Amino acid sequence: MDRVAVIGASMTQFGQRDAWVRELLAEAGEDCLADAGVAADELDHLYVSNMASGEFEGQTGVPNALAHDLGALGAYTQRVDQTSASGGAGVYAAWQSVASGASNLTMLVGGEKMTHRSTAEATDVIASLTHPAEYKHGVTLPSFAGMTARHYLETYDAPRESLADVAVKNHRNGVDNPHAQFRTEVDRETVLESPVVADPLRLYDFCPITDGSAALLLCPESVASEYTDDYSVVSGIGGATDTHVVHERDDPTVMGGVVDSSETAYEMSGRGPDDVDVAELHDMFTILEVLQLEDLGFFEKGEGWHAAREGVTARDGDLPINTSGGLKSKGHPLGASGVAQVYEVHRQVTDDAGDRQVDADVGLACNVGGFGNCVTTTIVEGAK
Amino acid sequence: MSFDAYRCENGHVTYPGHTVCPECGAAQTETVDLTDATGTLVTWTTSTATPPGVREPNHLGIVEFDVAGGTVRALGQLTTGDVESGDPMTPVYCEELRDPDAGIREPESQSWDGYRFAPAEE
Repeated sequence: MDRVAVIGASMTQFGQRDAWVRELLAEAGEDCLADAGVAADELDHLYVSNMASGEFEGQTGVPNALAHDLGALGAYTQRVDQTSASGGAGVYAAWQSVASGASNLTMLVGGEKMTHRSTAEATDVIASLTHPAEYKHGVTLPSFAGMTARHYLETYDAPRESLADVAVKNHRNGVDNPHAQFRTEVDRETVLESPVVADPLRLYDFCPITDGSAALLLCPESVASEYTDDYSVVSGIGGATDTHVVHERDDPTVMGGVVDSSETAYEMSGRGPDDVDVAELHDMFTILEVLQLEDLGFFEKGEGWHAAREGVTARDGDLPINTSGGLKSKGHPLGASGVAQVYEVHRQVTDDAGDRQVDADVGLACNVGGFGNCVTTTIVEGAK
Repeated sequence: MSFDAYRCENGHVTYPGHTVCPECGAAQTETVDLTDATGTLVTWTTSTATPPGVREPNHLGIVEFDVAGGTVRALGQLTTGDVESGDPMTPVYCEELRDPDAGIREPESQSWDGYRFAPAEE
C-alpha cells in the first residue's frame, strides 16, 4: 500500500488571540499551503478539526467557510469533532482519505477559539461531553484529573512532586517554541504552591485555555517528492474509544483508548515503543502525561512518574516528551492540539525543529479526548 | 426515589444503565437499589473551578459498592471534603445537584436530582 506523506505543516501563534475561529483556521491553512508551495484549488479534500465552534462562538459550518476563504472551492469538506482529540481524529480522517485513494491531496486544519469565554463557561462547554449521570454532579475534566491523580499517587506510592516535575519540564521546553502560549520556566515550588483547582492538582498541573490553529498537508508517498524533499510519512495510526462514563473503567489508572490505539499504530508501522525517538503526549493535565507514558508501553504501570523526575523525558533525555512544550505550555486550542502535535513530530523527524531539535527518526503523537474517552495515536517517520 | 444500578441477565452490573450491557451486549433486565448500601470511597477531589450553576467548592468522589456478582461504582458529589480514600460512604438524596438553567445543557434533556455521598455513621 502506498503510505501517506506529510508534505506541509503549519501552526499559528497559540494564546489569547483577537482572531475568531474562521480567521484562525484560514491563517494556519494559508501558511500550510505556502509551506508546501501548493495552491488551494489543488486540494481534493479539506478537513477541519474543531470541537465546539457553535457552542463557543455561534459559528457552525466551518469547513465550508474555510474552503471559501482559502479558495478551495470544489474540495470535499468535513468537520471532525472528537472533543479534545478532534485534531487526532482529523489526522485519522485525512490519512484515511489519502490511504483509500479518495484524495490525492488533503489538507487538515484544526482550530478553536476559546478565550473570549470565561473559565467557568469554557469548562462547561468541555464538560458537556460527559454522561448526564456525571454532568448533573458538576463534574469537570479537571476534577476527573484530580480524582485520577489522587488514586494514582496513592496506589503507586508516587510523590506529589513527580507531577509537578512534568509541568516544570514542559514549561522549560515551551521557552524555545515561538508559537507557545507560555514561554516562561516555572520551578517545582511554584507549581506546588499555585492555587488548588482539583485537589491534589493545582493551577500549574493544568493546560491553559487557548486560541489557535494548526494544519497539515497530506498526499501519497509515491508523489511526495514532487512537492518537497523534506516530507515525513505516517507509518502507523490507530484510534480507539474507552467508556463514556469514566468511573465504569476497571482500573482508573489505565487509559484503554491509549493502549488500544497505540497497539494498532505500532502494528501498522512495524514499530514498538523502543523504536520511538520523540513523542508529543496529551498533557492536558500533568497526570495524563504519566498515564500515557505507561499505556503507550514506554514504562511499566506505576513507574511513569519517575520519568520527568529523573530527566528521562527531558529534551536531552533518552525519550524526549513534549519538545513543543506540550499542551501545558504551548496551550490547548481543542481542535488544533492533535494537529499541532503532529506538526511538532513532523518538524522533529524532518530535522526542522530549530532550537527544539532532538535526534529523531521516529516520532509518536497521542491525542486524548474526554478523559481518555477517545484517543488517536499516530506514528510519523522521516522519509530518509 | 431510588438509587438504581442495572444488572443484565448474565449478572454484570453497571451504574448508570445502558442501552445494552456494555460487557456482554445482553439486555439489562433488573435494577439493584443502592439507596441503603454502604460503599467505599475509591478516590475523590475538591474542585474549586466549577462551571455555572455548580456549588463551589464541589467535593466529588467515586464510591464502590459490593453487589451480588461483583462490584459497581458511582460518581457523585460528597457532602464534605473531610474524607480519605477507603472511607465508608452512604448515599444521601439531593433534589437538585446543580442549577439546571445555568449550564450549557438543555434543562429538559436530563434529570438533575440524585445522590450525594456522606461519610457512613459509625
